[in-house]
This record gives sequence, C-alpha cells and structure tokens, in this order.
Amino acid sequence: MQYTLKIEEELKKGNFMRDVAIIGIGLTRFGERWEHGMRELMAEAGIKAITDANIGSKDVEMIYGSTMASGRFVGQEHMAALLSDQLGLKNIPAVRIENACASGGSALRQGYMAVASGMHDIVVVGGAEKMTDVTTSEATTALGGAGDQEWELSQGITFPGLYALMAKRHMFEYGTTEEQMASVAVKNHDNAAKNEYAQFRKHITISDVLNSKMVADPLKIFDCSPISDGAAVVVLAPLETARKYNDTPIKIAASTQASDTLGLAERDSLTEIKATKIAAAHAYKTTGLSPKDINVVEVHDCFTIAEILAMEDLGFYEKGKAAKAIFDGETRLNSKLSVNTSGGLKGCGHPVGATGIKQAVEITLQLRGEAKDRQVSNAEIGMTHNVGGSGATAVVHIMKRAN
Amino acid sequence: MINMEKAPASAWRKFDARYNMVGTVCITCNTSYFPSRIVCKNCGRNTKMGEKRFKGTGEIFSLTKIHVPAEAFKESAPYVIGVIKLDEGPMVEGHIVESGKEPIIGGKVKQVFRRMYTDGEEGLISYHFKFELI
Repeated sequence: MQYTLKIEEELKKGNFMRDVAIIGIGLTRFGERWEHGMRELMAEAGIKAITDANIGSKDVEMIYGSTMASGRFVGQEHMAALLSDQLGLKNIPAVRIENACASGGSALRQGYMAVASGMHDIVVVGGAEKMTDVTTSEATTALGGAGDQEWELSQGITFPGLYALMAKRHMFEYGTTEEQMASVAVKNHDNAAKNEYAQFRKHITISDVLNSKMVADPLKIFDCSPISDGAAVVVLAPLETARKYNDTPIKIAASTQASDTLGLAERDSLTEIKATKIAAAHAYKTTGLSPKDINVVEVHDCFTIAEILAMEDLGFYEKGKAAKAIFDGETRLNSKLSVNTSGGLKGCGHPVGATGIKQAVEITLQLRGEAKDRQVSNAEIGMTHNVGGSGATAVVHIMKRAN
Repeated sequence: MINMEKAPASAWRKFDARYNMVGTVCITCNTSYFPSRIVCKNCGRNTKMGEKRFKGTGEIFSLTKIHVPAEAFKESAPYVIGVIKLDEGPMVEGHIVESGKEPIIGGKVKQVFRRMYTDGEEGLISYHFKFELI
C-alpha cells in the first residue's frame, strides 16, 4: 500500500509529523432550513469547500464526518459515507466522529492527525446537524444524551440545567451577575448581525435577555444557543504542498483535546471546565504561544455562562474576572480580544455536529482577511474552542497564516 | 431515557442505587463513590471495590429550577435540581422536593424516596431518591 510506504520513508527520515493546513472552507447559512434536509446541507457546504480548495473530487483521499445525534434528529446514522456519497467522492474511506457537541472539533483533529501522520494528503472534514425536524422537547432529550444518561437525563436534568448548575455556583463563588451573562449574548448577537451565515442577524439588549422566558434558573432563553440546521466543511492538506491549491493556506499550529468525567457532579469543580484548561495548556505548550498572542478566538458559548468559563479556562482572564471584562466590552469586535466574531453558538446558531468545524471556518476567514464587516484588524493568530457535553470533552485548535 | 415498558432490565439493575443510594468504596484508599465505579479514580484497578450504602445526608452545593423539561418530565415542570455534597464526600445530582422552605446553596438536605415519573398512562412508575431540606 502506497501510504504505508510513505510512512516508512518518513519514519526513516525521523519526521513523524507534517504540518497541516486548511486549504478550503464551506458553510451553509445556519438557522431553520425547512426547505433542506441533512444531505442537502452537507452537499451545499461540501461543494463550496472543495471549490474553494481548488481541488478535484478525485484528489480527496479520506473523509471525516461529524454529527452528534443525527439518529435522534433525522433517523440517519452512517453520515460520513452519506457525505462522501453526496459529494461524489467515490469509494474513499469515510468515518463519522461523534463526540457530543465537540463532534466537529474532534473530527477536525482526526483529519489533522491523518494528514500530519502522512497517512493521507487531502482530507475533507465535514459536520452537519438537522435539528428542526423534531419538537423542542425531543431535541432537548436528544441533546441530553451528551451528559450522563443514567444519572442526569434520567432525572430530568436538561442541558441548560447542567450549565445553570455551573452558573449558580459561579455566581455564588465570584459574584457573577445575570446582567454580565446577558452581555455575552448581546455581544454575540452584535457580531452575528454582521455575518451573512448567522441564524440571528439582529441586535438585542441586556433587558431583552433578562426579560426572556426562563429555561433553567438563572438561564433564560436568550442565554441559550438555539436549535439550528446547518453544515460546515473544511479541506486539509500538508502545508508543504498547500500553496499548490491555495494562495493563503491557514496552518493548524496546534490540535489538542482532553476529557473529564461525563457527569457534572463528579468533577473537581463546577466553576471551571478542566478539560478546556488541559487542552489549552497543551496547545500553548506545543506552539510556544501564550493567551496574549491570540488575536481572535471562537469559543463554545452554548450558554452565556459557558463563554465566561471559556475565557477563564483558556487563560485569557483569571478565574472570576471574565464576566466583568466581557460586560465592560473587552471582548467585543476589534477591542482587546475579539471573541466569537461569527456570533458564536448563540448568535450564529448551533447545529451541533457542524459547530466545531464552523469555528475553524470563521477563524480561516479572519486569518485570510475575508471576514468583511466583522474583520478583526491584524488577525495573525486565531483559536477555536469546542466543548462536548457539560465539559467531558474539550478540543482546542490554534491556527495561523502560513508565511 | 429509561423506558421501563421497553427495557425493564435497565431500570431494574439500578434499583439498589436509585432506591437505597448504594455506591462503592475503595478498600485501599477508602474513597467513596456515588454513583458506583468499578475502577477507583486514585488506585486504578490495583484494588478492590466494596459496596457502600450512603446515608443520604449532605448540603446543597448548587441548584437550579428547570422550567423547560425533557420529554418524560413535562408533567412535573418546573422542578428544582441540586448538586448535593454528600456527607461521605461525593457530589450527586438530584431533585430537591417542595417543602415550603426556599432551597439555597449551603442548605442541609436528607434523602427521601419519591416517584420520579410515570412511563405513559399505562406504563410503570419509576421511583428514585430525591432530597428534602432538613
């Protein structure tokens, strides 16, 4: 087999890893896409990504697909083969990665490893979720499977409920307020208003959030990311040949991941996501970078409290300090650090399996200088942060323009 | 979700844990676990685990009132969920039942035995431990 020989050659040279670049991106508009099913969404994003990468479909060697719960949402498992099928990528190996809400980030990491190892050259990584074909209550139950089914979902503890438990403890320990949490949603809606792919392109106010319907105290409906349809696809290639396809390849400088207990109550702390801290520490260590080097970051704001936890656990703020900083505007577009320029999960939408890949698409746009109205000036180094469940998985990527 | 009509065994095999709060304890480092674990977090597999019945007393570490429930809990919403720090060490999530008193972080609770939900109109009734303010 050709790829086996390739690995042996690399091993002989002592090169165990190759640099990997994103050479193509594709995204659908996120939202209530009544007219389209999962396969149409996947094809729409996939065609855009392959066209953007300037490759032929015969160049693709492997495909990773990510959905969290397509079996629950549309009764369809086996989505990676379906994605390959719908994109006309004939007979190549296709594997679905399911890692709850971190499915997309986890699939990206698998694609990264396949290219970095030398096993494959061109790899497509695509995520999708079609969530609006079921009722809100059915969707709530399906998403609950990301937590501990036997001890959380079985007691009626919903996903907003788990993050509400974290929020209440954060409020108790650090004095975090509902207004500060609301300011995360306000900022992310402001960014989403500038994003043509976003589900909610409208501005909201803090009082809109505070007066919205209670979901799980203290989280209101405007503290929660929505139920969305959408797909996102990236094309990966070895950095050394990436310029053959693309003038501005974006290098994946770090791809790191960590896990923790599935059940929230069994963690060391309710006010931090330890898996995020570990994945971030590894990402900083492997790149020699520190939080102050990052210009733009997409964090996993499935709930407003989650963005506050992320800003602390990724090392941008000390524990207990992020909520006030966000409220004071330090993480707005083109301020101290631009956070969730896409609108985040809250404003752009959260088709679960697509989210981690959409984050990489947004950072690629920013680093290419193609983010239009929401372009971060001097975006040199970007980061994505994708969380599964209430924190049992965290995936971090650091990306930079390849010079 | 446990569906007792379709999969009664999945509910039955949890009876000890859900009715009587039976977890495990490591015989080497004496760490208690609820829910039970087969492998000790500290000692790995180089130890043995024994059964342990928890007293069910502890204090509220965090709490929330769930207004938008999962499918099977439509009838009981809104309901209060707490993370309870048990006196033996572990933290566990559970319902905090109505008692006329306002549950707050730090409030002392004890375990009570209650109905969790009914599996449809003709389905079996599922029971579970819950917590009540002392």
